Amino acid sequence: METAYLIETVIKIVVILLIFSALAGIGTYFERKVLAFMQRRLGPTNVGPFGLLQVAADGIKLFTKEDIVPSGVVGRIFKFAPVITAATAFMAAAAIPFLPSFTLFGYEVHPIVADINIGILYILGIMGIGLYGPLLGGMASANKFALLSAARGAAVFISYEVITGLSILAPIMMVGSLSLIDFNNYQIDNGWIMFAQPVAFVLFWIAAFAETGRTPFHLIANDHEIIDGFGTEYSGMRWGLFFIGEYANMFFISFVISLIFLGGYGDGSLLGALGFLAKVAFFFFFFLWTRAAWPDVRPDQLMWLCWKVLMPIAVINIIITGIVMM
Amino acid sequence: MNNEQLNDRNVSDGYFLVDIEDYPTDGWGKFKRVIKRTFRGELFVGLWVVLREMIRFDTHTIKYPEEKMPIGPRYRAVHEMKRLWESDAERCIGCGLCEKICISNCIRIDTRLDENSRKEVSEYTINLGRCIFCGYCAEVCPELAITHGGEYENASDQREHFVDYAGMLTPLDKMKAGTQVEFEGFGAITPHEDERVKKTPLAY
Repeated sequence: METAYLIETVIKIVVILLIFSALAGIGTYFERKVLAFMQRRLGPTNVGPFGLLQVAADGIKLFTKEDIVPSGVVGRIFKFAPVITAATAFMAAAAIPFLPSFTLFGYEVHPIVADINIGILYILGIMGIGLYGPLLGGMASANKFALLSAARGAAVFISYEVITGLSILAPIMMVGSLSLIDFNNYQIDNGWIMFAQPVAFVLFWIAAFAETGRTPFHLIANDHEIIDGFGTEYSGMRWGLFFIGEYANMFFISFVISLIFLGGYGDGSLLGALGFLAKVAFFFFFFLWTRAAWPDVRPDQLMWLCWKVLMPIAVINIIITGIVMM
Repeated sequence: MNNEQLNDRNVSDGYFLVDIEDYPTDGWGKFKRVIKRTFRGELFVGLWVVLREMIRFDTHTIKYPEEKMPIGPRYRAVHEMKRLWESDAERCIGCGLCEKICISNCIRIDTRLDENSRKEVSEYTINLGRCIFCGYCAEVCPELAITHGGEYENASDQREHFVDYAGMLTPLDKMKAGTQVEFEGFGAITPHEDERVKKTPLAY
C-alpha cells in the first residue's frame, strides 16, 4: 500500500511537471497568436504548420543558449532566483485537483498530488513565495532596471496579497473548508459560488492578474519602462525558468479560480471535466485578451486600487457574508 | 476698428463647446469621479474592440520575402544603364551631363574617339558609397540611358560593391528576349494604384 501510494504520487508529479512545462510553451504560442490576431497580424507562421513548431524552436534556443552570469551580481542568489519562481509555481500545483477522479485499468486515479485539508492556504502561500524569484533576482542583478523591478515587485506584493486573502475569506466561510475538493463538492448542491459571491469573485480575479503579473498589473517587468525588469540580466535557461514559472502560474491560477468560483468539475462526469477545462481555457484566454486591450497602471495606481478601493470592499463583503450566515 | 466680429467664432449653429468638467478638489468629488469611471464600462469597450478585430481576421501582414509590394516607378534604387532597342548598343552617348549635375560628385565618365571617329564611353563609374540617390543624373540624361532601377534588396560589405557598370547595363539576353524595362517617366504612378486609391476624407 505504501509503495503503491509512493509510486502513484511520483508518477502524478512527473506527469504534472511534464504537462505544464509543455503547456507553458504552448501557452506562449497561443499568446503570440491571439495577440497577433487581435492586432491584425499573423503571429508565428514559418516554423511548422501554422507556426506550431515555433515552441520547439524557442525551447531549443533557450536550452542551448549560453548562460551568462554577469560580473558584479550576487552570484548565488542570482543563480537561485529563477528556480524559486519555477519551483513554487509547480509546488502550488500539488493541491489542485486537475480533473475529477477516474478509473484507469481498474485503478482509481485521483488527479491531485496531495488532497491536504489546507489546500487554498497552501496554494496562496506557495504562490506568494513565488514572488521572491523576481524580488531576489532583481536585487541580485546589479542592474538599475532590475532593482526598480524588484522594488515594484515588493510594492505590488504587499498590495495584492491582502486582496487575495480577504476576497477568498468569504467563500471559505460559506464552504467551511480549505480543501479545493470540498469547494467543488459544495458547489454541486449549492450552485456556483460566483453567483453567491460576485464581489469576491471579481476581487479575486483582479488579484489574480497582480499575482501572475499580467497586463493591467504588468509593472514588474514592463517592457517599455524598465526593459525586462528582473529578467534584464538573465539569459538562456535561467530566463526560461522565469518564463515557465510565469506561464505555469497563469494556468494554475486559472484552475484555482474555476474551482473556487465556477463550480470546478462539478459532479465528476465527463461533461463536468470538459466543462472544467473549458472554464480554465477561458480564464487563460482572458489573460491574453486583456493584454491586447488594456493599458498598464502605474505602481502607485495599483497600490491605491488595492489598499483604498479593493480592500475596503473585501472587508465589507466579509462582514455582509458573516451577517447573512448568522 | 473693433474686433467683435473677428472674435466671434460661432461660424455656424452646429458648433458647440465641449463640456469639460472641472477636476474635483474635495474628497467627495474625487469619490464620485471614481464611481463614475468605474461603472462607465470603458474597459469592456476595449475588450470588445480587440475581440471584434480577432473575429474579423482582417490581417494586413505582407509575408515579405515571399510577397512583395509593387514598387513605384519613381522609386530611386541602384542605377541601371539601358540599351537601344534597335541595335542593342549602349544608349549612353557620353555627353557627361550626369557627371556635371551629380551633386555628390560620385559619377566619373571618360570618353574617347573610336576608329570611326565617334565618341564612345571608355569608362563609366558611379561611386555608390557617395551617391545620395537624388535622381538628378536620370533626370538630366537626354537619352534615357541612365535610370534608377527598383532593386532595393542589396547586400554587400560596402555600398560601392552593390553594382558595377557591367551590372548596371541591361544584359544582352534580356535585350534578345525584349524584356528590358523602360523607365515610365517621372509622373508615373505605382502599379495597381488606381484600385487602391481612396477618397480624401473631406467631409468637413
